[in-house]
Amino acid sequence: MGAEVPPVIQLQQATVRRGGATLWREVNLKIQPGEFVAVLGPNGVGKSTLLKVILGLIPLSQGSVQVLGSPARVGHPGIGYLPQRCTFPPDLPIRGQDLVGLSLEGNRWGVPIPFIRRLWCRGGQLKREQAWVREAIERVGAGAYASRRVGELSGGEQQRLLMAQALVTKPQILLLDEPFDSLDLANQQAMVALVRELSTASQITVLLVVHDLNPVLPYLDRVLYLAQGQALLGSPQEVITSETLSRLYGAPIDVLRTRDGRVVVVGQPDAYSSSSR
Amino acid sequence: MGEWLWSVNLMPTLPLVASGVVLPLDLQGLWTYHFMDNAFQAGVWVALVAGSVGYLMTLRGQSFAGHTLASVGFAGAAGANLLGWPLGLGLILATVGTALAMAGLGNSKDDQVAIGAVQAFAIGLGLLFLQLAPNYGPGAYSLLFGAVLGISDQDLQLLLGTTLATLGGLGTVGRPLLFASLAEDLAVARGVPVGLLSQIFLVLLAVAVAQAVQVVGVLLIFVLLAAPGAIAVQLTSRPAWGLLLSVVLAWAFSWVGLSAAYFWPYPAGFFITTCAFATYAVVRLLRWRRRPTKPDP
Repeated sequence: MGAEVPPVIQLQQATVRRGGATLWREVNLKIQPGEFVAVLGPNGVGKSTLLKVILGLIPLSQGSVQVLGSPARVGHPGIGYLPQRCTFPPDLPIRGQDLVGLSLEGNRWGVPIPFIRRLWCRGGQLKREQAWVREAIERVGAGAYASRRVGELSGGEQQRLLMAQALVTKPQILLLDEPFDSLDLANQQAMVALVRELSTASQITVLLVVHDLNPVLPYLDRVLYLAQGQALLGSPQEVITSETLSRLYGAPIDVLRTRDGRVVVVGQPDAYSSSSR
Repeated sequence: MGEWLWSVNLMPTLPLVASGVVLPLDLQGLWTYHFMDNAFQAGVWVALVAGSVGYLMTLRGQSFAGHTLASVGFAGAAGANLLGWPLGLGLILATVGTALAMAGLGNSKDDQVAIGAVQAFAIGLGLLFLQLAPNYGPGAYSLLFGAVLGISDQDLQLLLGTTLATLGGLGTVGRPLLFASLAEDLAVARGVPVGLLSQIFLVLLAVAVAQAVQVVGVLLIFVLLAAPGAIAVQLTSRPAWGLLLSVVLAWAFSWVGLSAAYFWPYPAGFFITTCAFATYAVVRLLRWRRRPTKPDP
């Protein structure tokens, strides 16, 4: 065996409390470079919270979280993030490409007026940033509508631009929170295939929170199942079984596999905490 | 120039023709009076601040906060009038002080109700101060509808100072503020200090309100603060252009309004609001007609 690859994301004894309730307790997990992982679990179990912990937005009450070799911190350029239910009102006066651009440089002080910026910004940097924005937009195939108002675009088009803004910093980790929520089946499949391709081609680690496992099942390396304050990481065949889920919930759960390879989980109770964050 | 301070009827040298139409024979006359000179200068400074801050206010949907600050500014100015202080100073102390206090509040329903209560109380307080002051009538009139023709050299200095400070502030926080205003979730994840920026913006808004009240008064404040931004949002999808367009519109409205008030015997506030409303109506109409029935997929 060669030298062990250090994990991209590592949680040790991680405990999170939100508003007095403990969401999960002493969770340990390691995600390896280039892995494509779906995060599953009932509502309110803390799936989005997991992403926010990795982003450094929510502190752990105990334990530690290491991202790309250092403790999680807010604004890490190595992480691309697509938040849950991110939509734009129709008259928001901004083009798709501006949104992608803001994601690249919006955390820097100054004014977003190009000809003022040019006065003190070295030309090379400006050009490189514009190239990165174009590249991210091309990558997700949003070139045709990136110069239109983002609020006037369809749900699928907005979702692709949101994916472009997640990719614009050339991240090593993508955290996607229910990115297929508002999409029809054809768009869902196109997006999953795109994410998988990005993950394989650029060795990007992907954590994908999904409601429905089936559209992503053929593409997954592993699933992370959150329930009852615990986390279980493994291949879909290991984790999504009647025995494992019943043990995790402490209640009888049935996992049915249909002939065309789809998985149905029956008897899954919702988490008692009402917070979905 | 003190005798011009509360002058409503401004017809120094107006050549009226029989039909009642005014011929602006001598446009240079606009600049010969010191109070007109001051008014035009004030129009520029106020447009720079109200146009840019107002555009961001429109983006952030914070018109309510703008209104509250205007009401508090009314109380502050009325108080300053009572004490014999410069109105501009009373205005800016009251609005900035309130902005700092509001920054501690959130955007929840309870907080909105609390702000509404403060708003009503501030207007009541301003009413009391006005009643106590010796120049009740003209004082109230100028605060509610603006006294742009009564702007003194001292007021102008204060306006210039606050304009430079506000533009400096916007120049520093502009980009992250825009990001936070357009896509808060994304900005938070990229490490933008959203809470701090929102507090800074309230202070900038307070300065803009304090300035605009001096030109168009408490009641007409939105003509310089909201209308230019609302029009710019309709016309361009580029934030940088929108910001500049909003400033240019605020500037144009105030100058056209002032010029019209010089030639016709009606108040500047009326002409400024007419300009803004007409532009807004035309732009809405054009956009509505140009809009495709269904955006192509």
